[in-house]
Amino acid sequence: MAEAQQEAAQTEHDAKQYTLKVRRYKPESGDGPYWESFDVELDPTLSVLDGLLQAKDREDGSLAVRCSCRAAICGSCGVKINGKSTLACLIQIGEAHEAANRRNGGGEPIVVEPMGNMPVVKDLVTDMESAHWEKIRRVTPWLLDDGDPPERERVVPPESMVDITQTIACIQCGACVSACLSMEVDPDFIGPAALAKAYRFVGDPRDVETRERLYDLAQDPHGIYDCTHCFSCIDACPKGVAPMDQIMRLRRAAGNEEIDDKNNGHRHEAAFVNIIRKKGTLDESLLLQESYAQGVKGKLIPKPAAIKGLVGSIPTAVRGIRTGKMRSLRKLIPGMHHKLPGDGTEYVGRIYEHAEEHATELNLYITGEEGEEPAPKESDERQAEAVTAPAAEPDETVASADGGDAEQPGPDQEAQR
Amino acid sequence: MPKHDVLVIGAGLAGQRAALAAAEEGVSVAIVSKVHPVRSHSNAAQGGINAALNPDDSWESHAFDTVKGSDYLGDQDAIEVMCREAPEEILHLEHLGVPFHRNEEGLLGTRAFGGASQARTYYVADITGQAIMHVLYEQLMKHSEQVDRYEEFFSTALALDDDGTCVGAVMRSIRDGSMELFEAKNVILATGGNGQAWQPTTNALICTGDGVAMAYRAGAPLMDMEMIQYHPTTLAGKGFLITEGARGEGAHLLNANGERFMERYAPNKMELASRDVVSRAEQTEINEGRGFPDGTVALDITVVPKKRIHEALREIVLVGRDFAGVDITSEPIHIKPGNHYTMGGVKTDIDGATEIPGLYAAGEVACVSVHGGNRLGANSLLDTLIFGRRSGLHAANRAKGLNPKPPSRAILADEESTVAAIVSRERGSGRRVSEIRKELGETMDRYVAVFRDADGVQRALETVRRLKEEARSAYVDDTSAIFNQDVLGAIELGFMLDNAECTCMGALERKESRGAQFRTDHPERNDEEWLKHIDLRTSTNGDGPQISYSDVTITQWQPMERTY
Repeated sequence: MAEAQQEAAQTEHDAKQYTLKVRRYKPESGDGPYWESFDVELDPTLSVLDGLLQAKDREDGSLAVRCSCRAAICGSCGVKINGKSTLACLIQIGEAHEAANRRNGGGEPIVVEPMGNMPVVKDLVTDMESAHWEKIRRVTPWLLDDGDPPERERVVPPESMVDITQTIACIQCGACVSACLSMEVDPDFIGPAALAKAYRFVGDPRDVETRERLYDLAQDPHGIYDCTHCFSCIDACPKGVAPMDQIMRLRRAAGNEEIDDKNNGHRHEAAFVNIIRKKGTLDESLLLQESYAQGVKGKLIPKPAAIKGLVGSIPTAVRGIRTGKMRSLRKLIPGMHHKLPGDGTEYVGRIYEHAEEHATELNLYITGEEGEEPAPKESDERQAEAVTAPAAEPDETVASADGGDAEQPGPDQEAQR
Repeated sequence: MPKHDVLVIGAGLAGQRAALAAAEEGVSVAIVSKVHPVRSHSNAAQGGINAALNPDDSWESHAFDTVKGSDYLGDQDAIEVMCREAPEEILHLEHLGVPFHRNEEGLLGTRAFGGASQARTYYVADITGQAIMHVLYEQLMKHSEQVDRYEEFFSTALALDDDGTCVGAVMRSIRDGSMELFEAKNVILATGGNGQAWQPTTNALICTGDGVAMAYRAGAPLMDMEMIQYHPTTLAGKGFLITEGARGEGAHLLNANGERFMERYAPNKMELASRDVVSRAEQTEINEGRGFPDGTVALDITVVPKKRIHEALREIVLVGRDFAGVDITSEPIHIKPGNHYTMGGVKTDIDGATEIPGLYAAGEVACVSVHGGNRLGANSLLDTLIFGRRSGLHAANRAKGLNPKPPSRAILADEESTVAAIVSRERGSGRRVSEIRKELGETMDRYVAVFRDADGVQRALETVRRLKEEARSAYVDDTSAIFNQDVLGAIELGFMLDNAECTCMGALERKESRGAQFRTDHPERNDEEWLKHIDLRTSTNGDGPQISYSDVTITQWQPMERTY
């Protein structure tokens, strides 16, 4: 280690040349946004923010970028680097350069733009009010307790505090909001940051309005069921908050409270679960009807709302056929779905049983690193955790700065619903 | 023109706590900050907050540790207030929803911290400051009817009336560049420290000593400005902080020979001696050739169980990985002492009141003084909350029944023309603001750091005075109104230069070694001559700070020799 760190210290003076291509906008000029390149010279382990500050210090002091701590704790410097939403202080300039040049000889600049899904004030400074803060305020972002505080502290399970520490770790930088694909389609979507904030209270045993909060977020057409599981927010979050995981936990909690939302969100989720449990794989021909009227097979009496929903889905189905997404008409016919070979379906059923027995709502704050101090019982929990928090590995945040090579997980079937 | 009973400038922990306390009294409150409140630097406080809440502990024990930590320069009446009120404040935070760490019984649990005779540090992983600040911001959103928030407004000067009473402050809206006089019956400064006058520093870019400079220019005395804390564990070059909580959890400090060198400096408390002691020990090892070639020693966190690291030191895992390329769970990390905290500041009483009627100060901007020559880890969050609350309360009560006449708007015109003058300076006519800022930081870190002597500090003082002159003609690139950070940078530079000048003056004046001030030419503590505060006031003739002295308040702990 000593060698590596000494080497790092020596290369401190090994400054390299980089080009930052910055999207600029001067609101008072009357002109639209434009691109400007800055050549900077700095150590590869310093950050893109350090590069921007060097350009600002040496070349053009009018380059506007919010920044303060330089250590990914204040949340000021949310930007897009090579198309990925992140913090400018978190991404090493050497890495950003490599990411920008993965597919060519090395002549590409590092592209820096303001965050998405929000208006630009000037250069890299955005207005976070409507896309972020208004939505934070939308979720009643303070503890609703039962009135008189006790004389001493409230006694709560220790793991519950560790649990909500994951969402308290949110620094309100807006990177997840910037990256959110659902918000791009529906600007009214409450969004990943505010919903993570909502979990901070739903998961807090000291809050007494849990059911009311969940009911509100489930019934809102722009609420928890408006998320399309695209993982972009998890990818973008610099603090491991994993907003999408928190949204999924809100959904599970709403499901556990048996909140039958008018968005059909809970029933749609239940449809996936039930169909796969029964058939081993997803029979999409059943998905719609099962979503709108559970257990519809055998008793075809869907509610009026369900009929309306089913009829409303016809254009989507037609579009699916026309665009070639729906390649096999057979798939539309219930009962034609292929079966798993052998006793595959039985195995799938056993996975369900195992998951139901071992399901926990633990997150990475509680379990720590995998593979440590192995105890038979805990390892089961870790597997369950891996299911509930698939992308919570810290390395994911570094990947967010990569040049966009990694395939963006597309919105799943739910987006077409 | 905005008009309030209480105007709070700065929205970190001290500012938010002051605003909430004042609002509870039913007066009209505004809180103004040059960044969005949650961007404030209280975020960076990782380790925790001290309180003698455990039945086995006592406020007297906490107070004694603080007095000893301060090297007997802290005022004991203020320290008593802070330590007595600490448990109540922790419980208040818990009731507001701060997710403090719990022990197995579900009760508030503690960790060990430096300079403390008991484990009395309450914490949220290693994001304690962030967690508390975000919870207070939740409360500000909840009480938006009572507290007006002005986010991204920059204060340039305090407004005084003819009697020398503070009646408001001049603000520049960062978003549109307009300037306005905010009228107020009371102003509470909560603008934080001045670490950016040193490079490198653990402090954020916004920590430019604005409030200290504004109060000083308005005529309020500053106190103990020579007392600048160097934190023992910061990343070389970048200055990032590694929490003292790491040592609280059991991490060791090693020199390049692999020796746990604290054995020689603090055989009892080892790595958990007070910060000035540990920083001096490290710097001695480095100066005497037992450090690594990059001018560091090593912090070995691998002795802490991995599970515990991931649970309690998560932020440090990220800092190591993202900013040093080191996996702290498997290898030691190189660290060195780095600029961290301003013990000195605007002189206040135990209610946060300064000598200027209507002007209060709380948190790092203030000097009550509870930290004296050296602040204990996890006492800064406590300071912000206790004295934030007391200032808010006191200011609110002062506002009741007060009917001041509207202040003169002359100060607004003055400030507008100052800004206009900065913007109109011809490009290339002098030095760039950024160049001066860099030279200031490097100078202070070189001469006014862990070890000081008269020659070095004198040199720093001369440099600062030259830079002040150069700053008068420094130019900026941005001439626009909207989000002009360039012009704010020029104003901040002026603030920092005032802070640095006062620190140099204090460091030169105090001819002894106490707390964070170690003079190699006066290596002993000298209670006979120097058990007193150094106060600095601006002079009317432009001669720089005028020095006077004030007594240290001693209640029950007579100065003793200090060993750890």
